[in-house]
Amino acid sequence: MAHLRKTLVVVGHGMVGHRFTQAAIERGLTETYDVVVVGAEPRPAYDRVALTSFFEVGADALSLLPEGEYDDPRVRLVTGVEAVGLDRDARTVSLSDGSELAYDELVLATGAAPFVPPVPGHDLPGCFVYRTIEDLEAIREAAGSARVGAVVGGGLLGLEAANALAQLGLETHVVEMAPRLMAVQVDDAGGATLRRHIESLGLTVHTGAMTSAVVERDGRAAGLELKDADPVEAEVVVFSAGIRPRDQLARTAGLEVAERGGVLVDEQCRSSDRHVWAIGECAAPAGRMYGLVAPGYTMAEVVVDALLGGPGAFTGADMSTKLKLLGVDVASFGDAFAATEGALELVFADAVAGVYKKLVVSDDGKRLLGGVLVGDASAYGLLRPMVSSGIELPENPEGLILPAARASAGSATDAMPDEAVVCSCNNVTKGDILDRVARDDEPCADAACVTKCSRAGSTCGSCKPVVKKLVEDHFAAVGKVVDKSLCEHFPLTRQELFEVVAVHGYTRFDDIVAGHGRGRGCDICKPAVASILASQLNGHVLDKDTRTLQDTNDAFLANIQKNGTYSVVPRIPGGEITPEKLIVIGEVARDFDLYTKITGGQRIDLFGARVEQLPAIWRRLVDAGFESGHAYGKSLRTVKSCVGSTWCRYGVQDSVQLAIDLELRYRGLRSPHKLKGGVSGCARECAEARAKDFGVIATEKGWNLYVAGNGGANPAHARLLAGDLDTETLVRYLDRFLMYYIRTADRLQRTAAWVDSLDGGLDRVREVVVDDALGLGTELEEAMARHVDTYFDEWKATLDDPDKLARFVSFLNAPDVPDPHISFTTERDQVRPAEPDGPVVLGTTIGVGAPVGSGVAR
Amino acid sequence: MSAGEATAVDLLGAPEDARTWEPVCRLHDLEVEGGAAVLVRGEAVAVFRTHDDRVFALSNYDPYARASVLSRGIVGTKGGAGNGAGEERPFVASPMHKQAFDLRTGQCLDDATVRVPAYAVRVADGTVLVGPLREHTDGAAQGASAEAADEGG
Repeated sequence: MAHLRKTLVVVGHGMVGHRFTQAAIERGLTETYDVVVVGAEPRPAYDRVALTSFFEVGADALSLLPEGEYDDPRVRLVTGVEAVGLDRDARTVSLSDGSELAYDELVLATGAAPFVPPVPGHDLPGCFVYRTIEDLEAIREAAGSARVGAVVGGGLLGLEAANALAQLGLETHVVEMAPRLMAVQVDDAGGATLRRHIESLGLTVHTGAMTSAVVERDGRAAGLELKDADPVEAEVVVFSAGIRPRDQLARTAGLEVAERGGVLVDEQCRSSDRHVWAIGECAAPAGRMYGLVAPGYTMAEVVVDALLGGPGAFTGADMSTKLKLLGVDVASFGDAFAATEGALELVFADAVAGVYKKLVVSDDGKRLLGGVLVGDASAYGLLRPMVSSGIELPENPEGLILPAARASAGSATDAMPDEAVVCSCNNVTKGDILDRVARDDEPCADAACVTKCSRAGSTCGSCKPVVKKLVEDHFAAVGKVVDKSLCEHFPLTRQELFEVVAVHGYTRFDDIVAGHGRGRGCDICKPAVASILASQLNGHVLDKDTRTLQDTNDAFLANIQKNGTYSVVPRIPGGEITPEKLIVIGEVARDFDLYTKITGGQRIDLFGARVEQLPAIWRRLVDAGFESGHAYGKSLRTVKSCVGSTWCRYGVQDSVQLAIDLELRYRGLRSPHKLKGGVSGCARECAEARAKDFGVIATEKGWNLYVAGNGGANPAHARLLAGDLDTETLVRYLDRFLMYYIRTADRLQRTAAWVDSLDGGLDRVREVVVDDALGLGTELEEAMARHVDTYFDEWKATLDDPDKLARFVSFLNAPDVPDPHISFTTERDQVRPAEPDGPVVLGTTIGVGAPVGSGVAR
Repeated sequence: MSAGEATAVDLLGAPEDARTWEPVCRLHDLEVEGGAAVLVRGEAVAVFRTHDDRVFALSNYDPYARASVLSRGIVGTKGGAGNGAGEERPFVASPMHKQAFDLRTGQCLDDATVRVPAYAVRVADGTVLVGPLREHTDGAAQGASAEAADEGG
């Protein structure tokens, strides 16, 4: 009953507030509570950990709630409104818009604010902090007219800010008070390695340098004055010297706060008022605040648990850190400074390669206590759980950090106890992961599925290699080899097969199976080989050497339907069609009595064509200027578009033109699975482009490119690959993206699953496609150019070739006799298949017998 | 009506005539590892030619899809040397839902209880002839060897 429902107010919609709300929904807290979430920032929660990538990918890609609201009607999200007052007696929160919210339970997730040292001039124009998307937008604006930038703070956040300034093209200085960079996380030698990396990128590092004032010129910041050192000139100054809990609301309401700031909370994250809870950076469990997202997530889960009457408790957090700063891997975990009595250090340093690795081990050399990794943090996912689980180190622990130490990785995951936390972001143990693959009820079949179901590896991703290893080891142990073979005929993955075909220049299945397979193939490998040959050679799918490899749809250039008839879909690029052509389609459908339906891809599907009718139908369509729509192929289907700026009063770009151009560019492109595209002329997204394998959405400045979306059984929203592109760059990125997919995806793996399967996911795709990290860009573009140059309409080519047409008959020896199994009834004024009764024998009234045409008569 | 058609129609009513062999096409009309539908005594029959030039005939009717489509399936092999136990079995995969049928016997390889009718086949002078239905016990049935019989074709 409604009056029994209570109200839960969440103040703050950052990463932790969002996680709390998600968990409240998932764990059923919304069955008893209405939830109101109030966020001060103008947009819903976004990935602040990845803030540095904002300039590359834009705000949309960072959003944790792209839909802008939760998929639960009992949760209301209000953004752009700040909580300004708390009345604990009345249990109300007053908001900056003048309204008031009553609560039964209140969760504070107000986060932290950057600490700005109170030096003279710290508030001059030209001084910034680095915390929100708005901060970054302001920095970008100021950087436009500036040459030099300086960051105060050489810690984790300071280096991220320096990265941002360097990305904006500023000559960048980092000013750090401590004698080394990242003083909290790494030791002197690690800091020195990091410094060399950063200096090699052209940044200037000042350590042991204390900022005494901001230099003023013409009422603006012009540089930094340093104690005992020369001043630094800079028009942009970013303070990134630490954070302070935003606990003002709690302080004024008289809640207890910790000595160094933060709402004092107990193990359940409950404040001194039993109806007020605090989580994330604004909270201080046992007096200590945690400036990392993982402990915040844990606190969020603990409070949801407490509100459900559970026993969850927050008893401290693993402060291990792994991140990539300015392209340099840095990780710090456990007792990084060997503070434990008797602790020993094992160090591997390669100054040339810029790698520094240190392990801190117990005095008996048996336990790993902590470590520092700079330049190569690939061992982090393995080492960190060894610290938390306290397992015994192998005989030669230095093997864990030496470059050729791969072999020891296996034993290390084996030795990990089940309770070892593998994913510290989401608190997933080895036992949890093994349970996902070993359970009887819907077990996970691979590491990607485990990540999806358990969240292990879904936040920072650093533990993904370990998750993968655990899953593979499990399957190997139970004798279930994770067999990546295409089928019994080829012990290769599709990607390997693709490479084999390319390297040897094969053009025939016979040569491929003789050289690299066994037997004579099957319905799995033959179409896969056909697709690979088509992608590489772009020949006709019905050519002699490839005809029998095709699935029936490709074999008859039409889509088989349940009664053995086919449907026909002419290409209508971008969904644009002249009335004359529309009439032709109508006439063909009428004359051949075809069931007619509009598809989701903005074209028209004509059903019920018998095999022997297909050539005549296509003769009419080709003569009227139509070409194959490839609805039957694992290939580009359509590029859907909205009407765009030509007609629409909201449109900002000509989406129809771009959709037509893209559809014509990629038509006929054979791929591991079907491909769909979409182009929307403005942010209203009427073309539903983000439900496509590639989606383009117009912006004022150009196009945003989204990739790896799909509808269907497992819908996925496409994610932003790159923003504000001009058309030429957009096409270049798309060429690369599609060819990279075609080369490396598994058979029948759509783009969304493919991206998820890559180590590094979308970031990896961006490295390859946008940054050209593999140096493949030109090759991929050339491969696409070859496809575009050699495209031809395969239906027209079929009509021109009697040999290909010969197969479009009902019966080889009676080509004029329709297959009697096919019959129709009428429904809603159109034909539909009649229900089959079983095999049909033709009656004596129908003439059959001696072969006609290409039959036996000599 | 042509004489040929009349002959075929005459065959329909007489059981003893069902044992006769009906020419359905030339061997070279069949693609290697391909299939084609032919009409034999009023029934839709799928004839297949394998990589080693043997010819097989099954009912064209797919009992799962309940449609006359088997001739349009992909032809290949299962098992055999290097591929686990057993001999190499030539098969066709239904174009509808991919169930595999042994070309020699019509036995469904995914379900021991399902079998489609298989016909005797031979190749003479380059002409493919479809004969009577095979008995179910004829498990080791071999297709007609075209190599031997295709002289003069």
